[in-house]
Amino acid sequence: MATAMAAETYNDKVVRQFAIATLVWGIVGMLVGVVIATQLYWPDFLGGISWLSYGRLRPLHTNAVIFAFGGSALFATSYWCVQRTSHARLFCDKLAAFTFWGWQAVIVAAVITLPLGITQSKEYAELEWPIDLLILAVWVSYAVVFFGTIVKRKIKHIYVANWFFGAYIITIAVLHIFNNIWIPAGLGKSYPVYSGAVDAMVQWWYGHNAVGFFLTAGFLGMMYYYVPKQVGRPIYSYRLSIVHFWALIAVYMWAGPHHLQYTALPDWVQSLGMVFSLILLAPSWGGAINGIMTLSGAWHRLRTDPILKFLIVSLSFYMMATFEGPMMSIKTVNALSHYTDWTIGHVHAGALGWVAMITIGAMYAMYPQVLGAPQMYSIKAIDLHFWLHTIGVLLYAAALWIAGVMQGLMWRATNDDGTLTYTFVESVAASYPYYMIRLIGGLFALAGMFIMAWNVWKTWAINRSLPAPTPVPAPASA
Amino acid sequence: MSNAWSIYVITLTTIMIVGCVWLLWYTSRPTDGSADETTGHVWDGDLREYNKPLPRWWLNLFYITIIFSIGYLIWYPGLGNFAGIGGWTSAKQHDEARDEAEARLAPIFARFETMPIEQIARDDDGLALGRSVFANNCATCHGSDARGAIGFPNLTSSRWQWGGDPETILTTILDGRHGIMPPFAAAIGDELAMTETAVYVQSLSGRRVSAEMAAAGKRRYDMICLACHGADGTGNPALGAPDLTDDDWVYGSSLEAIRYGILHGRQGQMPAHRDIIGPIRARLVAAWVWSLSNPPADGDNVAP
Repeated sequence: MATAMAAETYNDKVVRQFAIATLVWGIVGMLVGVVIATQLYWPDFLGGISWLSYGRLRPLHTNAVIFAFGGSALFATSYWCVQRTSHARLFCDKLAAFTFWGWQAVIVAAVITLPLGITQSKEYAELEWPIDLLILAVWVSYAVVFFGTIVKRKIKHIYVANWFFGAYIITIAVLHIFNNIWIPAGLGKSYPVYSGAVDAMVQWWYGHNAVGFFLTAGFLGMMYYYVPKQVGRPIYSYRLSIVHFWALIAVYMWAGPHHLQYTALPDWVQSLGMVFSLILLAPSWGGAINGIMTLSGAWHRLRTDPILKFLIVSLSFYMMATFEGPMMSIKTVNALSHYTDWTIGHVHAGALGWVAMITIGAMYAMYPQVLGAPQMYSIKAIDLHFWLHTIGVLLYAAALWIAGVMQGLMWRATNDDGTLTYTFVESVAASYPYYMIRLIGGLFALAGMFIMAWNVWKTWAINRSLPAPTPVPAPASA
Repeated sequence: MSNAWSIYVITLTTIMIVGCVWLLWYTSRPTDGSADETTGHVWDGDLREYNKPLPRWWLNLFYITIIFSIGYLIWYPGLGNFAGIGGWTSAKQHDEARDEAEARLAPIFARFETMPIEQIARDDDGLALGRSVFANNCATCHGSDARGAIGFPNLTSSRWQWGGDPETILTTILDGRHGIMPPFAAAIGDELAMTETAVYVQSLSGRRVSAEMAAAGKRRYDMICLACHGADGTGNPALGAPDLTDDDWVYGSSLEAIRYGILHGRQGQMPAHRDIIGPIRARLVAAWVWSLSNPPADGDNVAP
């Protein structure tokens, strides 16, 4: 024990903080999602209060689930993973603590300013410039902590999960900076330096790569640690890791224009956006194959381990969403799907299916360890959460696929005299049943989060009933 | 785009695609050692990696998307200033589709070009066409039932801001209208005076209001408002000044709404549709709108 006391330990305090924040913001973000889904069905829900109106709450929902829930999860898992695969304590505890409190401050600022209507009106980059600067400070600190830990690693080879975490950290910094070049006009107002089609292109270069690097590369890093760890088997193919990593990060950068098909964007940019979106299919699937095939020889584990179910089903949703994405970027398909709820269904198959499920699985694997308990309080409750969440995602995505295709077909239907068959409001009226199914799907996912909260609370209670924990001994260098 | 930028785009795109092919070729080469052996690296106690070959189907999928993309970039614009050998542009696709539709639709619309609007309004085909044009272009503001909304006039009643004969309706559609009610806060005076004037306006349509306040309001009305709305409040279609004695209210009939109009004025804009829908469709929609308040009498609906 004496030697262990002197040895370096891991910084799990910041991991625990971010892991709990993940749970809290997951509930908040999904709750706001359910509120706005309710408003789409009953437009007068919370009626009359401007800061609770759909237009104010929708960006709060997206920011809360992506940056608060997803962001906290990425901080927690990347800090956990980089320490254990570098066999070194996080670089600079104080800076790591700053990333936690700074990131929480960003989120609280978002929760205050977005309902007040203070916004840059750039999707997923709504937060105004003072908050942008705080994000930048936190993100640079994050990079210093993460790469500082990589630098002091005690094992020569950098584990594949850290390639993805590293790529996501660097790229998000670049995206954030270039999409937020503004001229301030007071504390709560700024104007972007870009205008017109250039502004749109910069925005979707950012927007698409926020999906590609924040919601994909970061979570692939999570996948590469927690899947082999939970299965207890080696990653399927090292060379597949190499080829899909480099192809993914290089090609994603080009796919942004597919958000602007058939707009004022020049034709050649639209074409490039489309072909690179198609090329992106194989690199995306490469990651999913590497995760799912890691399970080969241990498929029976899926019957008994609900955490593994979360991880593997998340990869299935990832494959679905990354097949759907390239298809939707094809101009002919995009002409039908653009501006419809199909896009929203696609995003949620990705965000609620892939991102949330890999996160929830990783968190269930990590909570007992950061909370100092032998395992989660109730494995049955994890299983229940899995089924609630899976059914919720399927209801949500299927409803909006149908609604989206229906809307696209209604909007393009013409009479013999060349006029449109349907007015816009008729397509809205026809969407109502699907909006109800979407709301029910969202309620399923939210209910699952409450079960998770209960389970984590009970697991924490186990910790309090155990004798005082002994310090974590440093692992032997490999 | 300058040539330098074009070359930049072409070079970068080529590097990307060639880079993908090279990466695939390089990593798919057979290597020594059994596929069941790990790379030898171990992290965190038990994290290891196999080095199995790339799945064949996956590799082929990757190559197919690359081959398709190269073909696409040869046929369509994409490589900077190189326009593609297919000659496709989105503007050209739009123009072709529009020309095709116009050629197909021309015979349907041709016979209405010179038909009097009253006659179109008694023609079943004409009415059906007018209704579709309305649903596509007018319903956004006036509602799919043409009964309007706050700020957008009801077109089904026989009361008109700018006159309701067929040719006037057509003029409204083709050239638009701009109905201006100036703000009169300064001219009328204080809060009470404004309320009194609004109360008098309410009394014009026969509503029960405080006689005392209405009488006070009438004095102000007679000084200011009657210039446009007339001494008896029945309005002036030449100016687009609404009749205040009926129960049709573009901006609402509540005291608040009327007071707001006096205080801040109103700007009612009907956009010109001449360049949007063209003269024939304008005649058709004018006929349909006119027919709403001039339904055919029995036995009148057969085209002469």
